Amino acid sequence: MTAPMLISLEVNGECVDAHVLPRLNLADFLREHLKLTGTHIGCEHGVCGACTVRMNGEIVRSCLMLAVQTHGASVVTIEGLSDSGEIADLQAAFRDRNALQCGFCTPGMLVAAQDFLKQETEPDRERIREHLSGNYCRCTGYQAIVDAVETTARARMGRKP
Amino acid sequence: MKASAFSYARATSVANALELLVAHGDRAKVLSGGQSLMPAMNLRLISPELIVDIGEITELRGIAVRDGVLSIGALTRHVDLLRSPEIAAHAPLLTEAVAHVAHPAIRNRGTLGGSLAHADPASELPACMVALNASIIVRGQTGERRITAGDFFTGIYETALSAQELLVAVELPVAQKNSAHFFHEFARRHGDYAIAGVAARAIVQGGLFTDLRTAFFAVGGRPILAKAAAKLVNVGITPALLSEASAALGEELDPQDDQQASAAMRQHLAKMLLARCASALLGRPDLTAGGPV
Repeated sequence: MTAPMLISLEVNGECVDAHVLPRLNLADFLREHLKLTGTHIGCEHGVCGACTVRMNGEIVRSCLMLAVQTHGASVVTIEGLSDSGEIADLQAAFRDRNALQCGFCTPGMLVAAQDFLKQETEPDRERIREHLSGNYCRCTGYQAIVDAVETTARARMGRKP
Repeated sequence: MKASAFSYARATSVANALELLVAHGDRAKVLSGGQSLMPAMNLRLISPELIVDIGEITELRGIAVRDGVLSIGALTRHVDLLRSPEIAAHAPLLTEAVAHVAHPAIRNRGTLGGSLAHADPASELPACMVALNASIIVRGQTGERRITAGDFFTGIYETALSAQELLVAVELPVAQKNSAHFFHEFARRHGDYAIAGVAARAIVQGGLFTDLRTAFFAVGGRPILAKAAAKLVNVGITPALLSEASAALGEELDPQDDQQASAAMRQHLAKMLLARCASALLGRPDLTAGGPV
């Protein structure tokens, strides 16, 4: 049973079939097998949030999931969110507010921020901080990131920033 | 780091999972949400030979209320607990506590059964189970055992569950009319493991506690149901009595030092928590008005 197993899943809207070893985690599967390197790997034990992706509509840590567990699932990575235009306004707000410096945490941060924006319409800074508390940024001090998410929430509500 | 190589089996039923666990014993590990198991494997703290994935066993999901008993399936995720109207109505302590468990992405995967079987002394849900006097239901090939939460947790990452058994559900008495609850934890940052915390459930009648169960976590190897709380039951509480109970709590606890906090600090925080808990549950701000007790 340590032999490769066949998995079939959907990644960014495309069907993918692959043979993977049980030990392979989802983050490595996305990066190494599918060459979707936007998903970053920081701590590999669920603390930093850089590997956050969307699975079946909910955010998860791709370093804490085995690729074999995603059989039959639908996974959306930062590439999918970016290419579809779903987060174009959020990305623009990050850029405008300098909410990224080295950029390592940014894909996970955007995936988690979009999850917040889908669930909550009020741009409450405390709630934004709470929702992003599982995503570490070592450059910005978070202020600019919270600003960018807040600006996007306001814009989506039809208000002026 | 990456997990070392292992074999993987996707269990199709509880019976199938038990067959695998009986066949492989200690060499196998049950994968539920994986939010504690996967970090431990990635850090190579454990290297099981076989992973038994129970994630697809639908009979282990769901929340039901029957005859004054709330049943929660082992695969119920933290996010399910957080959003469930049944949990909010019948075990509001859990709704409040789950918001403190890690972060949204973790809560979307982590399960109640996984958290209880893992038995991290700093985690919230084991303490809630002790405070709520839950029964933990485990199944083996010869049948089911019901274990009181107070007996289930035996030490750091240790429980009464054997390697050949599966935790299938928990059952809790639904909250009574005069029931009140309190939850608080001290952590460095939101979502971090607690330095000290308490989960409490009380029955309050005429300004008195007729029952008070306070389960402290992160201050010992397992959740500790404070005996000192008995001093506050069926008696008019004064600041002096509260400080006597706090002192007794300090005697009961034997916390460890670590990089987060010293044993003395944990003990101090636990005493503060008992005072705040009693004050909040009785609606008596005067009990903590004198500052730290």
